[in-house]
Amino acid sequence: MIEHLPALQTVVPMMAAPICVLLRQATLVRIFAIAVAWSCLAIALALLEEVLSHGTISYALGGWVAPLGIEYRVDVLNAYVLVIVATIGAVVIPFPLDGRELRIPRERYFLFYALFLLCLTGLLGITITGDLFNIFVFLEISSLSAYALIGLGKERGALTAAFSYLVMGTIGGTFILIGTGLIYQMTGTLNIVDLARRLPPVLESRTVWIAPAFLVVGTSIKLAAFPLHQWLPNAYTFAPSMVASFLSATATKVAYYVLVRVIFGIFGAAFFFETLGLSNLLLPLSLIAMLVGSIAAIQQTNIKRLLAYSSIAQIGYMTLGLSLANLNGLTGGLVHLFNHALMKGGLFLVVACALSRVASPDLEALRGLGRKMPLTMAAFVVGGLSLIGVPGTVGFVSKWFLVLGALDKGLYAVAFLILGSSLLAVVYVWRVVEIMYFRDSDAIVERDEAPLSMLVPTWILIGGTVYFGFNTALTAGVAHTAAQFLLSLGS
Amino acid sequence: MGILGLWNYWMVIVLMMIGLYILIARENLVKKMMGLNIFQVSVIMFWVSIAKVEGGTAPIIPEGVTDVVYSNPLPHVLMLTAIVVGVATTGLGLALIVRIYEEYGSVEEDTLREMDRVAE
Amino acid sequence: MKIPLMRMREKLVVRVVSRFFIPFILLFGLYVQFHGDFGPGGGFQAGVIFTSGFVLYGLVFGLENLQRVVPWRVVESGASLGLLLYGCVGIASLFLNGNFLDYKVLDPHDAMHGLHLGILLIELGVGLTVSASMLAIFYAFAGRRTA
Repeated sequence: MIEHLPALQTVVPMMAAPICVLLRQATLVRIFAIAVAWSCLAIALALLEEVLSHGTISYALGGWVAPLGIEYRVDVLNAYVLVIVATIGAVVIPFPLDGRELRIPRERYFLFYALFLLCLTGLLGITITGDLFNIFVFLEISSLSAYALIGLGKERGALTAAFSYLVMGTIGGTFILIGTGLIYQMTGTLNIVDLARRLPPVLESRTVWIAPAFLVVGTSIKLAAFPLHQWLPNAYTFAPSMVASFLSATATKVAYYVLVRVIFGIFGAAFFFETLGLSNLLLPLSLIAMLVGSIAAIQQTNIKRLLAYSSIAQIGYMTLGLSLANLNGLTGGLVHLFNHALMKGGLFLVVACALSRVASPDLEALRGLGRKMPLTMAAFVVGGLSLIGVPGTVGFVSKWFLVLGALDKGLYAVAFLILGSSLLAVVYVWRVVEIMYFRDSDAIVERDEAPLSMLVPTWILIGGTVYFGFNTALTAGVAHTAAQFLLSLGS
Repeated sequence: MGILGLWNYWMVIVLMMIGLYILIARENLVKKMMGLNIFQVSVIMFWVSIAKVEGGTAPIIPEGVTDVVYSNPLPHVLMLTAIVVGVATTGLGLALIVRIYEEYGSVEEDTLREMDRVAE
Repeated sequence: MKIPLMRMREKLVVRVVSRFFIPFILLFGLYVQFHGDFGPGGGFQAGVIFTSGFVLYGLVFGLENLQRVVPWRVVESGASLGLLLYGCVGIASLFLNGNFLDYKVLDPHDAMHGLHLGILLIELGVGLTVSASMLAIFYAFAGRRTA
């Protein structure tokens, strides 16, 4: 069975979704879904282990060998992203569903888990597949289930948010389809490795020049890269917090992976950065995203919206690492995938914990919560410190590599702006902390902590931000190997 | 080839622009959904049209015959998947619109925006 | 939505004609389904054709009657069973020492036969899921009361 792990990675959650629908009973489905998510994590870890020790794995679906058939190709980069997605899925899925945040009654919870597992299937599938069209199909599987998951939010704004995400997401997906069509027209293949081999001779043709534009814009919509981020704040604000936690930690990360794969895996870094001059566009946009996202986050009065805008700033860090296109910068961008998944996933879970005790996600409603729910709010403080990038947290590790990458290129202003944007993060994190701990500090508040079933997943993610802040061997090590691998692809 | 020789691309671009224009310019969510559909269909047409080989037939090779020119069947199959994706997107989008109408009593985007602003 | 459905039920011609047509639609659906591996067709098309027979029935004889024939529960399970069937064929080939969905190994003696069997089962799964999903979409929209 070991050699079939790549197929099982997507087949297990895909098969589990219909089983959830057949089981129906809420508790049973929940236990089953947790088991499935953890086995996905086990498969992902086994794949990463295998790739690190024995090199790239190739798996021919249906016995049709690439480039004719669909190939699942696991190299260091996507094994790493698989682990991120599977980890978040496994940690978030045991989080208990809360009727106060969900539109559906308890008898229909099985549909939630089916959607969740389908979304997980899609995200894992995008990551593992080595076929460009297959990426589109899995992208739509994950997106369609994500729209539905967001639409399950209790407030009616969730519906309009889901609809506008659906429109933007479909445009993004269709753009990817156009780009795929254009390069298929020139090369007659859809396999990514095969494309990388067949594209260089036709790289001068105008058709091939248009394809990356569609592919980059399409993935950037999914990634919510500035200025294509308009769908994100509403979607994360109105989605149930647990869904927001899962999507913020995985969906944008996988889109980033696709972008990296298109740039380095298909066209080659030289084409994008030297011929097309992508950095001239991506670098300023990333810097603007970092600043605008943080400034917008400062002005928010709703904690979920605040975190959503902070996500836009953090995505700016990732694309910044990409636009630097050197070893340290790329390592920073890639390690930030994992680090941001941990902290933003954790912070949205903190919000979910808080919403089990207070009525609204407005900042004002969180007053005095620091003493009412000390453990939950301590998690917020740790996650917030990580967003800022305090040494000893994962945020610091990513920023360290990004600053190094900027300095390697001699871009001192960029390094300075990374630090400046961290200061803005201090402002918005402090606003929340102040309201939670220092407003009405003389009022007597009874301690009313969130249940353990909510606290454990939250603290696993938040604890991870500290653990991987000190022990960088695993995350930064793998990201470094992946960055080396990517930079070696073109040459 | 010339401009006219590429007429399939022109048709695709016209359709695509019609779709995107409806998507941007119309306030009614149902019309937006239709715009999105036209946009998707234009891409499907694009894929199918690039598969056509001049004088080509269906990709079935009779036994003993070797010099058959046939159209590329792969894009058609891929577009079957894209069509299914389109159906699913339309279904989900319309379902959301029905729910939006039930909650807000309107499917005009400017009215919805207004109502959301008043609520805040 | 309610009103045209009521009116439709009173039209004699529509009732008689559709009663005559529905078996042929279903039969054609089955033909497209099972002849799919020799001619044009397959699960996607067959599923839609098959469901269109049910939708016609629902339009003419009323949604309540249709839901008595195919309850919501059946639609939900049908959609999941189709996907499960698809997946199980893939997993079966894993156990027979093939790759996922490598249906040549389904029949250890004759690869071509295994291929046919695999395609037949897979398309059956697709057809089941597609027709159930189409019916689910119809139910979701037609079944809503306009408040």
